[in-house]
Amino acid sequence: MLLFIEQLLNGFQLGITLFLMSAGLTLIFGIMQVINLAHGSFYMIGAYVGATVVGATGSFLLGAVAALGAAATVGMVVEFLVLRHLYDRDHLSQVLATFGLILFFNELTRMIWGRQPLFMDVPAAISGSVELLPGLVYPIYRLVIIGVGVFVAILLWLLFSRTRTGMQIRAGASDRQMIGALGVNINLLYTLVFGLGTLLAGLAGVMAGPILSVESGMGESILILTFVVIVIGGIGSIRGAVVGALLVGIVDTMGRAFLPGILRLFLSGSHADSGGAALASMAIYILMAAVLIWRPRGLFPAHS
Amino acid sequence: MKTIITSCTIFSLILATQLMAMTPVKIGMVTTLSTKAGYLGEDMRDGFKLAIAQENGKLGGVDVELLVEDSGRKPEKAMQIAQRFMQKDDVKIMTGIIFSNVAMAVVPKVVRDGAIYLSPNAGPSKLAGKGCDKNYFSVSYQNDNIDEVVGKYVADAGHKNVYLIAPNYPAGKDHLAGFKRYYTGEIAAEVYTKLGQADYAAEIAAIRAKKPEALFFFLPGGMGVNFLKQFSQAGLGDSIALYGPAFSFDERILKAVGPAALGVKNGSQWTHDLDNEANKQFVAAYQKTYDRTPTLYAAQGYDTARLIASALKAVNGNLETLDNFRAALARANFDSVRGNFSFGNNQHPIQDLYIREVIKTPSGDYTNRTLLKVFSNHVDAYAQECEM
Repeated sequence: MLLFIEQLLNGFQLGITLFLMSAGLTLIFGIMQVINLAHGSFYMIGAYVGATVVGATGSFLLGAVAALGAAATVGMVVEFLVLRHLYDRDHLSQVLATFGLILFFNELTRMIWGRQPLFMDVPAAISGSVELLPGLVYPIYRLVIIGVGVFVAILLWLLFSRTRTGMQIRAGASDRQMIGALGVNINLLYTLVFGLGTLLAGLAGVMAGPILSVESGMGESILILTFVVIVIGGIGSIRGAVVGALLVGIVDTMGRAFLPGILRLFLSGSHADSGGAALASMAIYILMAAVLIWRPRGLFPAHS
Repeated sequence: MKTIITSCTIFSLILATQLMAMTPVKIGMVTTLSTKAGYLGEDMRDGFKLAIAQENGKLGGVDVELLVEDSGRKPEKAMQIAQRFMQKDDVKIMTGIIFSNVAMAVVPKVVRDGAIYLSPNAGPSKLAGKGCDKNYFSVSYQNDNIDEVVGKYVADAGHKNVYLIAPNYPAGKDHLAGFKRYYTGEIAAEVYTKLGQADYAAEIAAIRAKKPEALFFFLPGGMGVNFLKQFSQAGLGDSIALYGPAFSFDERILKAVGPAALGVKNGSQWTHDLDNEANKQFVAAYQKTYDRTPTLYAAQGYDTARLIASALKAVNGNLETLDNFRAALARANFDSVRGNFSFGNNQHPIQDLYIREVIKTPSGDYTNRTLLKVFSNHVDAYAQECEM
């Protein structure tokens, strides 16, 4: 039972990281109608800048601030230099251009930081583990990630439902032409939305730094999961991103944790091990297929 | 008139042989320099280049030209490069491939077409056993060796209950099989994870629940960095002894893992502290040239170049018939940085294998030190299947 709770927490924590990534991606797609394959690159930039600044100053907070700043700034520059010219083109052009950006950023990090992965440690104040329940020990850092993620989700909700900018963004998501006609500076709005999206990716990246290997190309593995999340949640919907991310995080973790054991009930050992592993890595795609059969536009479609 | 023609012919013949002697021997290196695994190829190449630089552009006194191309870890791209080397550049000696899956796609074709291939890293079982070839030499190891040595050590250390974890792909299963060949105790669980997995929280929670005495993992590259960091953050480092093959503990990975790898024991055929003249000289020269501690891959690249040098010297740079060159390679008449080194019947190394331990240097870096020689003159398990 304790193991089940621990795995649930693990799933929740993975879901939170995915939420930070997919919130940005779904915002950009929902409002700007741009498929941004390079979203993982901003995650990588966040992790690299964070690791470098933490390594140089020893302060995780400074590292996080620098990472967020770098991800948002680079995001807005990319929007201004590249994506702005692609809004009127079809999705294929956007996919091509943003795929090119992935290659560009991966090579750029290799040129700046070299080929070996960087080191980033958990800040001393929140390292170690805490006993949540008798016998249930959990790393504090992962709890902090969950906390930050929930906090960001609340902030985003406040931004969208309580502020004027949020209202404009929502309006932009449902009718682009009309909001332009009403005198809102749509170019500025787009740049800001893109910057916000990449800032969230940078946050996910810097928080993943102490857990994961900070290396060139680290964005791609999470990008695939992120796309699964927004397809399940409904493209363009923040609420969909929350639910989709938690679903994917929990299904993936639970699958990896318990499927081999379940299969062992009616298969021999080695078959259960490799079959379980194979099935566990398919679990989220099966989930995605099932959701798409049931709700072809995702759980919370933004443009219904 | 006749004499003029004769002398002209003789003169041009002399000129032609002169020219032939002048053309450097081309060595084709197909390796991985891009992608996140690019540093493996980079170190291997740098080790190889160091050997050439030490002889001022020669190997074994023969001028060589090294052609390096990046395969991007893609088998099909590596294949294209290898074919171009052979057809366009007329390359007879090839090396460089880091990954077993790339080697399996390229090597059989290359050796069938008559070129000689020397592996500086990948040593898949298929090329050591039934698929062995007179044109194929592994200068590094047979993949399983690095796990066998850990399996033997773990069994000797008296661990009775070991947890195994590897990615769910052929090499993952091979490496665990290599461990189990010499490990005699009980296996707590054998877990296969997704290739390229980033988050190991679920697996680590399961490990905690199983309470094994020791854990053996084969998770190359970034996967190993992720796993080690998360394992240590979960606070399991004190209660469970960690073991792995050398791949997750080279000096460049250790930089990224930091204190989480401290004290972990791993298996290897080489460490920079091995006490022999060739090695001391190599480590000092590498450090001076590149300003970093050589990794396993650098040592393998260097040995590959030194082996080629010994054979080129034996045939005086004459590659007209490859038979003599091949025979000279098989004699392995060079001072390996590993000390003992010879080729078995399948042209894979017969060498000593060690257990190393990750330590912190006074300057704050992390590195390995040799702990124990576990096997002397170890022959790989597939040698008897090779009919050559």
